[in-house]
Amino acid sequence: MTLTSLRPQTTTDHLSLLESHAVYILREVAAECERPVLLFSGGKDSAVLLHLAVKAFAPGRLPFPVMHVDTGQNFPEVLAFRDQTVANLNARLVIASVQEAIDRGRVADPGPHGARNRLQTVALLDAIVEHGFDAAFGGARRDEDKARAKERILSFRDAFGQWDPRQQRPELWQLYQGRVNAGEHLRAFPLSDWTELDIWQYIERENVALPPIYFAHERDVVRRDAMWLAVNEFIEPRPGERVERRLVRYRTVGDATCTGAVESDAVTVEAIVREVATANVSERGATRADDRFSETAMEDRKREGYF
Amino acid sequence: MELTTDILRLATVGSVDDGKSTLIGRLLVDTRQLFDDQLDAVVNASERRGVGDLDLSFVTDGLRAEREQGITIDVAYRYASTPQRKFIIADCPGHVQYTRNMATGASTADLALVVVDVAHGLKEQTRRHLCIAALLGVRGLVVAVNKMDAVHWSPTAFQSVVDEVETVAGELGFDAITCVPTSALLGDNVVDASDHTPWYAGPTVLEALETSDAGAWSNATNGARLPIQWVLRQPGGGRTYAGMVNGEALHEGDVVTLLPAGIETTITALNTLHSGADVDGAVGLSIDVALADETDAGRGDLLAGAPLPHVTREIAATVCWFGERPLTTGSRLRLKHTTRVTPARIVSLDGVVDVATLSVDPGDELRTNDIGLVQLATADPLVVDDYRDNRVTGSFVLIDEVTNATVAAGMVGRATFL
Ligand SMILES: Nc1nc2c(ncn2[C@@H]2O[C@H](COP(=O)(O)OP(=O)(O)O)[C@@H](O)[C@H]2O)c(=O)[nH]1
Ligand SMILES: [Mg+2]
Repeated sequence: MTLTSLRPQTTTDHLSLLESHAVYILREVAAECERPVLLFSGGKDSAVLLHLAVKAFAPGRLPFPVMHVDTGQNFPEVLAFRDQTVANLNARLVIASVQEAIDRGRVADPGPHGARNRLQTVALLDAIVEHGFDAAFGGARRDEDKARAKERILSFRDAFGQWDPRQQRPELWQLYQGRVNAGEHLRAFPLSDWTELDIWQYIERENVALPPIYFAHERDVVRRDAMWLAVNEFIEPRPGERVERRLVRYRTVGDATCTGAVESDAVTVEAIVREVATANVSERGATRADDRFSETAMEDRKREGYF
Repeated sequence: MELTTDILRLATVGSVDDGKSTLIGRLLVDTRQLFDDQLDAVVNASERRGVGDLDLSFVTDGLRAEREQGITIDVAYRYASTPQRKFIIADCPGHVQYTRNMATGASTADLALVVVDVAHGLKEQTRRHLCIAALLGVRGLVVAVNKMDAVHWSPTAFQSVVDEVETVAGELGFDAITCVPTSALLGDNVVDASDHTPWYAGPTVLEALETSDAGAWSNATNGARLPIQWVLRQPGGGRTYAGMVNGEALHEGDVVTLLPAGIETTITALNTLHSGADVDGAVGLSIDVALADETDAGRGDLLAGAPLPHVTREIAATVCWFGERPLTTGSRLRLKHTTRVTPARIVSLDGVVDVATLSVDPGDELRTNDIGLVQLATADPLVVDDYRDNRVTGSFVLIDEVTNATVAAGMVGRATFL
């Protein structure tokens, strides 16, 4: 066999190949779809995704808006980071608000300290319909979860926004085909092949800006479900829980009611790279209460139309 | 910290229940790639479903239906690294009705990790997978002759599968193949060498994967190719053309031809995303280039170095058909090739491949999962290479005009073994 490799080994480093592949996907989807949008939570993966999108279309302006699915229960540092980033880029920000969905009666109010993660799906799908988006870029990675490990880079969603893992489109070579009928849409995941370590090494190489909560800082926390949860307006200590001041950082950033911190003294990206390279617990395992409900929590959410 | 740069992309291949997922689970567990919580979750799920202490197939079989039915439905991608290299692993399904998913996993792989149940030998489905892997251009084969524990580690049982595999692999044109007697279930010869096979002196599966050169790039001289994805407007009115390099590297000063127009011009500037690479326009990098001459180049066009690809509206190709309705002469579809989508029509069906014998027989239709030879006509001209010369400019997919589903994988030209 004398065939050339599809993605051959060159002297080019691994991060550059991942970067190039992600940019390739961003350009394909932007070219083939009418109205794409980039999902931006202010977390590290979406910060990397946005950084790549900016590079893909520079010196032009970003050819699509960014959308934040806002649970109304955010870390204030993350919201400030979101607004600053969007302003620096002069990008258009669409906010899909869970609070509005609650106010309009689209979803039941889970109460003042209830988890709103699952409600994001309704706000997201409503916004996709309202704005007529036919593709949404997300920063999901296949190493995050066993259901995500199964998902295509271009993931087809039917008119109800649902993912059917039994009926995924074949996805051959790098021929990403993004045609959909009216009402259907795609999720596009340019970071599919990246690992958590790749993300941090890339952040280090490219100096990607992040919200400060990713770096070690002192915070009042309580121990709950084997996680450190920050005590703030969304989380109150329950009877028997002791508030402690600890040096922590966040490995993922999501809804403030269900995202836990990890103990860490890593104050620089370099230190975080070292920490991630030797971690024994996965990032979602360490920090996300929402994945612990059941064996297939992520798959169930994704079928409904979650990120 | 050291950055590993060497990556091997591999896909599992073989019939259902021969032990592919268990082997990948074993490989990941024994090389300590799983986080503690992930391993705990697999242990818990095994317990809950009453399948023993640790069902290793649950490491990759992550969907609810997969665990309920004990089968793999779609490809799982896992990432692993050892001090030697990084691995991108696609654990593919074995069932014939999920052949489209197997092809998905194998289309980006450089090496097929074939798993054969030693008690059953090569099944038709394994032959089909090997045939598809060969058509797709997977170069290396590592064969785990599995479930050796069930045949009392018999060297003759191992050898008879090796003989069978070598015959088929030879017919399909694979050159270097490594066969390893394994028990994925017990871990023999996967990561750790087995005490049960003193008669076997070869590598473990992991060693075979770590030393395979299937991912190495033969320094082919098939010509640089840059399918244009996007036109970037530069300040001051100029334009650059963005895409991913393949075939050969591009450099500033290279003479290239804009196709299908056929305009010869020169690359006057080449921009990369990151300035650290040894070769600016290396294969696999997304770049953008400025050209010396004014052209109307745009998405769907291609910049090529010598030897030039062919510009044509008629192509002879090999297709793997995944559609539910049969493909026949006269079928109308959409075709995506590089960055161009164009209407296409099947002009003739020139043969159907019998995967058991590799003979090409006459036929009027391709049914789901059939492989066939076709002549296609396209509305727009395509800029193609033979698939064996270039996996990017030699490949296309066919798209159903109504549902927009991807219904075929197409390769320009015909494999030598057909
Ligand atoms: N005895 C024995 N059973 C095995 C071995 N490897 C896998 N199995 C069993 O074979 C069945 C199918 O395995 P699985 O990995 O799901 O096969 P796949 O369909 O090829 O992915 C399961 O019940 C496994 O426990 C082995 O080496 N020895
Ligand atoms: Mg399997």
